[in-house]
Amino acid sequence: MATPLTVRVVEHQAAIFRRFWRGSATFYVLNPVMFLAAIGFGLGGLVDESSGHVGGVPYDAFVAPGLMAAGAMLGAGAESMWPVMAGTKWVRTFHAMVATPVRPVDVYGGVVVWTAVRAFVGASIFLVVAAILGAVLSPWGVFAVPAAALCAAAFAAPLTAFSATQETDARFPLIMRIGILPLFLFSGTFFPISQLPDVLQPLCVLSPLWHGVELCRGATTGSIDFWPAVVHIAVLAACVVAGWRWGMRSFTRKLSQ
Amino acid sequence: MTRHPEPPIASDNVSSAPLIEGRRLTKRFGEFVAVDGIDFRVERGQAFGFLGPNGAGKTSTMRMIGCVSPISDGELRVLDMDPKVDGTRIRGRLGVVPQEDTLDLELTVRDNVLIYGRYFDLPRSDLRERADELLDFVQLSDRRDDRVDLLSGGMRRRLSIARALINRPELLLLDEPTTGLDPQARHLVWGRLYQLKRQGVTLVLTTHYMDEAEQLCDRLVIMDDGRIAAEGSPRQLIDRHSTREVVELRFRTDEDRDRALPQVASVGERFEALADRILVYSSDGEADADRLTNDGVLPDSVLVRRSSLEDVFLTLTGRTLEE
Repeated sequence: MATPLTVRVVEHQAAIFRRFWRGSATFYVLNPVMFLAAIGFGLGGLVDESSGHVGGVPYDAFVAPGLMAAGAMLGAGAESMWPVMAGTKWVRTFHAMVATPVRPVDVYGGVVVWTAVRAFVGASIFLVVAAILGAVLSPWGVFAVPAAALCAAAFAAPLTAFSATQETDARFPLIMRIGILPLFLFSGTFFPISQLPDVLQPLCVLSPLWHGVELCRGATTGSIDFWPAVVHIAVLAACVVAGWRWGMRSFTRKLSQ
Repeated sequence: MTRHPEPPIASDNVSSAPLIEGRRLTKRFGEFVAVDGIDFRVERGQAFGFLGPNGAGKTSTMRMIGCVSPISDGELRVLDMDPKVDGTRIRGRLGVVPQEDTLDLELTVRDNVLIYGRYFDLPRSDLRERADELLDFVQLSDRRDDRVDLLSGGMRRRLSIARALINRPELLLLDEPTTGLDPQARHLVWGRLYQLKRQGVTLVLTTHYMDEAEQLCDRLVIMDDGRIAAEGSPRQLIDRHSTREVVELRFRTDEDRDRALPQVASVGERFEALADRILVYSSDGEADADRLTNDGVLPDSVLVRRSSLEDVFLTLTGRTLEE
């Protein structure tokens, strides 16, 4: 049976990754340890001393799933912008692909799928580290891994589509600063959104990361209910689908002029 | 997706169809017409060239043939299929060497070939053997574990050629294969292309170097401004559009050049006055050169040479190829 065209692109992305896996491995293992140590236990110690619990659980167990989903988003953000510009303009590797049986839509699909796969691997490592440190309270926690991958895809799909419409990387730092960073801070990652002013709380529904964080937290703390989970998954899936439609068009326009 | 079929065995009805056929082939980008209704045929086993200056529409034509860029108008058939319908199948049987390198700079030479082969879904075990064969063919075996960053321009181009051959293509498309290379690197590339031609691979290339076109192409079209100005073998084009020989006269000053014009007009069949020299088209260059010097024309240098495709282009368009 023939390998699907999208998978052939994923293989390319994986080959690039293999060359740099050492750097990435440090990133994936060291980062969670540092974040959990600093925020979960350092800051968490203070929080637990003053209030006992956050959202009914110790602070490290509260913040770990938040960091997991946020890490998936940050990884997706980085993967979906500069490397896409390299593929379309700087190194032109995507142009090499579309001269073969691979089509522009397959290039797009391959890039997004690979970003989700990477997030899956990263979240798995994070989960193991967090579990060893006692920040995972429920065996349902394993479902936080696909949730984080879905969260990554919800960002990768539209961002990858967007990157193919750009002629330079001038707007990428802007997206990081006014898009990704505020979401990172205010999507229930570090504190419950009930701490936000009342007028801002409903806005969190618009943040894909909030849905991702809620899913991951529901899984690792074992506290999720069925219907909210369905809604969170649906919102993230909608981001993927909308991004995917855009990406099919933007990649075709970019690579088949 | 089904597996790509093996190249068809040349039966009578297959071999009679041209490998590529364009009719009134047109490419527009908005208002701009890059390719303006060209007709051409490429037969199996030929080395076919698109010769023309930058901006003539050569690359746009190649991208349409390569089933990357959709045609705007007219008809195009490649390997007897329609690019609109069978793009993926056609591309599976082509090799493409683009004008700008598209190699993975961070990967090794060998990994570049291997990964490219996976786009064609070639099994990994076959690929390793094939990759080593191809690197040998382009004389890069000793660099196979180096990153592409470290290669010179000529080596990168040879790697692009090796990569394009991974799927044993029937048709190899080369867009400006030696542009930007030094003479030694060009000759290495030419040598490999000759070899492929002898093995029966159909070559289609674009170039703005007339020596490249003369050396490599069995047939070629001269393109200018999106149109085809002439078509034939290099020999035919020269016979049809130029004289046997050319006398090139260079002068110390523009005044000397202008003073020589009346005498120049009286010898040979015709002449072209360029910024830096005068070309006199002649059936007997030596005799005409002697006549001019006897008439008191005193050029700084006189060169008698055979007509080239450059002269054909100049005659047809009034411009030189490289400007």
